[in-house]
Amino acid sequence: MPIHIYAGHSVVLDEDGYFTEPERWTEEMAPYLAAAEGITELTADHWQVIKVMRAEYHAKGSGPAVRALAKISGVPVKELYRLFPKGPAKVAAKIAGIPKPHSCI
Amino acid sequence: MKRNRIVILGGGTGGTLMANRLRRAYGWHEAQIVVVDRDDDHLYQPGLLFVPFGMAQIEDLVRPRAGQLRAGIDYRRQEATRVDTDTRTVYFADGTILHYDVLVIASGARLLPAATEGLTEAGPQERVFTFYTPEGAAGLRQALERFEGGRIVVNPVDLPVKCPVAPLEFCFLADAYFRGRHLRDRVRITYVTPLDAAFTRPVAAKALAGLLADKHIELVTDFATGEVDGAGGRLISYDGREERFDLAVVVPAHGGAAYVDRSPGLGDELGFVQVDRHTLQAKAAPEIFAIGDATDVPTSKAGSVAHFEGEAVVRNIRRFLAGQPLDGSFDGHANCFVETGFGKGLLIDFNYDTEPLPGHYPGPLGLPLLKESRLSHLGKRAFAWLYWHRVLPGRELPGITARMPRRGKAEPTQPRRP
Repeated sequence: MPIHIYAGHSVVLDEDGYFTEPERWTEEMAPYLAAAEGITELTADHWQVIKVMRAEYHAKGSGPAVRALAKISGVPVKELYRLFPKGPAKVAAKIAGIPKPHSCI
Repeated sequence: MKRNRIVILGGGTGGTLMANRLRRAYGWHEAQIVVVDRDDDHLYQPGLLFVPFGMAQIEDLVRPRAGQLRAGIDYRRQEATRVDTDTRTVYFADGTILHYDVLVIASGARLLPAATEGLTEAGPQERVFTFYTPEGAAGLRQALERFEGGRIVVNPVDLPVKCPVAPLEFCFLADAYFRGRHLRDRVRITYVTPLDAAFTRPVAAKALAGLLADKHIELVTDFATGEVDGAGGRLISYDGREERFDLAVVVPAHGGAAYVDRSPGLGDELGFVQVDRHTLQAKAAPEIFAIGDATDVPTSKAGSVAHFEGEAVVRNIRRFLAGQPLDGSFDGHANCFVETGFGKGLLIDFNYDTEPLPGHYPGPLGLPLLKESRLSHLGKRAFAWLYWHRVLPGRELPGITARMPRRGKAEPTQPRRP
């Protein structure tokens, strides 16, 4: 699996680009992870979502899917897509350093 | 000895089979069993898929709820508005209340068309339909009969949905239907999914994508529908992509029952009851259990799951009332017949840990898994009888166990790591 260096720390990502060891994530890495997803500036709104992703991962073992993310964060789905145009649940999970949110069958 | 009152909210698949199993498990002096639903129409939901193609009639899919319950079960026609878990009370829309010693939430999933712009419940539109309601399925039948050519998109808006294979089955059956009418070369069929593949788990996704390709059904992935423009004939995704259609078959987003949302701590963000995934006991309170589509467990929302859960929930209610530790053996087992058209079907069988794999079910000499066969089609069509006569009464199905069998499955070989 590829090893990447963000903010001077090496981390292992899976083949889809998600953290395999979320505990190695630090806030300093987030802007670099965001840039890799084409997001050049992390606003307070982005951070609100990133923190929800991490909190949910720690509480439930997976980041939420989009509709649940909107409910928990209070950020409407449309706005989530404006913040993370390539898909809020997946991209925010990458920037928040958590594994790919698993969707149910 | 105290006579316990067990209240079951919902008289669908899960609620009915629970009530019947519990009535057999407890004598009249041991437990009062009350089933509550807001209407008296028990719908065989798997049958809706066939209605648009004239392969089933709505009136044959509906029976009275009370008629599916054993003697000695109270049936009440009321609408729950809220559960107070502290006082163990259910509140109803007519102002009455009901106390419980054990509560089983079996109120299924609710369609939420209002969650998507343009997909309101107000009146059927000319070319946007769903087959997840009796009215929608009947309307779609007429729309298909009128359809002479153009593009049909089939789109589950968001997960989870009940019977997640049903939208794919609709595509397969539509392909067969238009071939039968000699119009297939004039009809473009496209499956538009929010997932990154035809299905959630890789082995089945590959097999189902292969079937779509064989049948010349286009696959559009990663499409998060934000708006359905019925007048303009467009699905519009949140990230600004568009899929044009002449006829849209849309499965609205799903949520749990509204009263779950109004009962603090009971449901998750989407209104599905938060339960332990192995015991099915609610996280909100030890005397509450949930079954079927109403739960938040990470497996399919399907009748087979409610059937398999039934055994675990009855066992755990008995243990709970006897003051014993619960049994955590429910493994997320699901199996689904996938109708693939032209009198064929394929069977998938899986649980929390094992994705749908090829092989045979329930053992090496059983039905082929993840592979088209005539038998699986016959199995699906014969299942309606088993549903009314075995599943709802809470009886076992011959040769089918609650735990997923590993025998007969071809385990994938792990790719070797360097």
